[in-house]
Amino acid sequence: MLSERFAALRASNRRALVCYVTAGHPDPGASLALVQGLADAGADVIELGVPFSDPVADGPVIQQSSQLALDAGMTLDRALELGARAKPDVPLVLFSYLNPLLAAGSDVLTRAHDAGIAGLLVTDLPVGSDPDRERWIGESPLSFVRLVAPTTPTERMASIASHGGGFVYLISRLGVTGARSELPPDLPATIHRLRSVCELPICVGFGVSSPEQARAVGALADGVVVGSALVTAAGRSVDDALGFVRALRAEMDRA
Amino acid sequence: MSGAINHDGRFGAYGGQYVPETLIPALDELTKEYDAAICDPSFVAALTAELETYVGRPSSLSDAPRFSKHVGAHVLLKREDLNHTGAHKINNAIAQALLAIRMGKRRIIAETGAGQHGVATATACARFELECVVYMGEEDMRRQELNVFRMRLMGATVIPVRSGTRTLKDATSEAIRDWVGTCDESHYIIGSVVGPAPYPRMVRDFQAIIGREARAQVLERVGRLPRTVVACVGGGSNAMGTFHAFVGDAEVELIGVEAAGKGLEASEHSASLQRGAPGVLHGSLSYLLQDAHGQVHPAHSISAGLDYPGVGPEHSWLRDTGRATYVSCTDAEALDAFGLLGRLEGIIPALETAHAVAWIDASRGRWASDDVVLLCVSGRGDKDVAQVAQSHTISV
Ligand SMILES: Cc1ncc(COP(=O)(O)O)c(C=O)c1O
Repeated sequence: MLSERFAALRASNRRALVCYVTAGHPDPGASLALVQGLADAGADVIELGVPFSDPVADGPVIQQSSQLALDAGMTLDRALELGARAKPDVPLVLFSYLNPLLAAGSDVLTRAHDAGIAGLLVTDLPVGSDPDRERWIGESPLSFVRLVAPTTPTERMASIASHGGGFVYLISRLGVTGARSELPPDLPATIHRLRSVCELPICVGFGVSSPEQARAVGALADGVVVGSALVTAAGRSVDDALGFVRALRAEMDRA
Repeated sequence: MSGAINHDGRFGAYGGQYVPETLIPALDELTKEYDAAICDPSFVAALTAELETYVGRPSSLSDAPRFSKHVGAHVLLKREDLNHTGAHKINNAIAQALLAIRMGKRRIIAETGAGQHGVATATACARFELECVVYMGEEDMRRQELNVFRMRLMGATVIPVRSGTRTLKDATSEAIRDWVGTCDESHYIIGSVVGPAPYPRMVRDFQAIIGREARAQVLERVGRLPRTVVACVGGGSNAMGTFHAFVGDAEVELIGVEAAGKGLEASEHSASLQRGAPGVLHGSLSYLLQDAHGQVHPAHSISAGLDYPGVGPEHSWLRDTGRATYVSCTDAEALDAFGLLGRLEGIIPALETAHAVAWIDASRGRWASDDVVLLCVSGRGDKDVAQVAQSHTISV
C-alpha cells in the first residue's frame, strides 16, 4: 500500500506529505478525529506514534505528547484500535520504540496488519543491531521503514536501503525531534549520497516546521515528514492541526 | 570467561546497540578506538600513571575486626571510598576522559544519580581541560546537593532534568539526547556498565582494577580466595568491576545487592534483576522494571545511585547463568547499616554501599568465622550525611 501510494505520487509528480501524530494525544477522542481528518487535509502517509515512557530520540514536544497520551491510558493495542477505527484513506505507519513492541507479544505484527497498518518504523532498532528481531519484522506483512542519519556512511546507507521497505526516512540533522527554523546546510549533499545507493522513495524529517521548509525539502526529496510542529498544533486543537496540514499541502503543491 | 562476550558485544542475549541510527557511527568509532587504546602501551601507561599518582591506586584492603566479629566471618573491605573524589566512579571517568582526548573530542557529556559519577567526570575534565556538561535529575540535585556544588566548583555545567521521575533514568535519557545532537564533537562518559555496546564491556574493564587488586590483596593477606564477594548494584559498575576477576573462580560466591526501597512487594524499589523482565532501555537489552505494555516502571531507592529501573546487561547474563546471585535490602536496612559501619569501623559508607553492608549484616550466621567475605566499599558517605540526618534515624 505504501509502494502504490508513492508510485501514484511519482506519476503525478507530487511529493509525499508524511504526518506524524502521537496516538492518544492530546486525548483519545481528539486523536481519533485528527487521524480521520488528516487525509482530507492533504496527508499522503500517517505515522502513528506509539507513546513510550523514555523516548530518547525525541525532543520536548513529542516527549510531552507521549506522557500526556500515556497518562490517558494509551497503549500499543489501543493505538492499533485507533488506527482501525479511523480507517484513513492513506497508509498508516506505526512508529514505535522497541520495548512496547516486544512487550506486545510475537503476534503483534499480525494484529497491526489486521488493524490496517501498512508499515512499521522502530526508532531504536538500527540495521544490523538485532538480526532475529529485524527478520521478525522484515518477514511480516508490514513494510519495514528504516532510518538513515546524516552521520551514516554511504556504504551503510546502501545496506539500510536494501533492508528496508516502503520508503527510507532520512533524519535531516544531528539531534532529536523538534521544530527548527532552518534546514541544515548539508542536507542536499546527504540526500544526494543516499539517492546514489537507494531505490526506495526518500522522505526527510526532523525539524521541518513550516510550509516554506516543507516546500524546500520537497524540492530535494520524495517526501517530507512533519512531526513536532504538527503535534504542537494538535495540542491547541484538531482544527489548528488540520489547518496546518492544509497550509503545508498548499505550499508543497504550489506551481 | 571472557568468552561470555559474543562477537556482537553481547552477554548471552543481553546488551546490544538499541539506539537511534545517528549514534551508530559514533559507537563504531568508540569501539574501534577503545580496542586500539587498550592495546596501546602509551595509553595504558598514561592511564596507570593517573590511577597511581592522582586517583590514589591501589586502594587499600582494610581488615574490619569489629564488623567481622559482629558478622561472624572474616570481612575484608576494598576501599574504593579512599579514591580521589570518594568513590569507584573515578576509575572509569579518568579512563574515558583519556579516551575522549585520544578521539579528539573535547566536549564531555555525563549523567549522574548520586552525583559521584558527575563529580568524577567534572574532576577528570578539569584536569584535562575538557568542557563538561552533566545531566542530573532535579530530585537527585536536591538529595545530593553537596555533589552539585562540587561539580560546579570544578567548572562543570550541571543541567537539571525535570522529565519523568527526575532521577538517574531521566538524566541518562537527556544525556543520550544531547549526544544524538553532538556526537561529532562530544564524547558521552556513561557512569555505569549500562548503555549500548561497547559501554558495558568498556566500563567493566575500566572498573575491573577493583577486583584485580582485591584478589591479589586477599591472596597475599590470607593466602586463599574469599568465600563470598559482595557489592551493591545500581547500574552495576562497582559490582562488575569487583566480580570480574573472580568470575573464573567457581568456588567464589558472587553476591550483588540491589535496592529493595520500600520493600520488594511494595513495587517501590530498584530490584531490576529480581523483579524485572528483559527489556530495552538506554541502548541495551537487560532486566528492566516495566509494566505489561513495555513502559518503564519508575524505580525507587533512598540512595540516588541505586535508583534506576535497569541494570547492566552482563549482570543479567550472570543472573541467568546462576554465576552470580542477586539479593536486596530496603531503605530502612540500608539506613541502619550506614550507621553500623561508622560505629564499628569508623567508616561511613555511601548509602549505595550501605545496601551491601546491610545484606552482610542480615546474613550473620551464614559463614564460618574464618570464611573470608570481601565487600566493595564503593564510596564514602559524606554526600549522604545531610539526607540521612533528615530521615531522623540518626540525630546529628
Ligand atoms: C558510591 C556509589 N556506589 C555505587 C553506585 C551505584 O553504581 P554502580 O552500580 O554502577 O556501581 C554509585 C552510583 O552513583 C555510587 O556513587
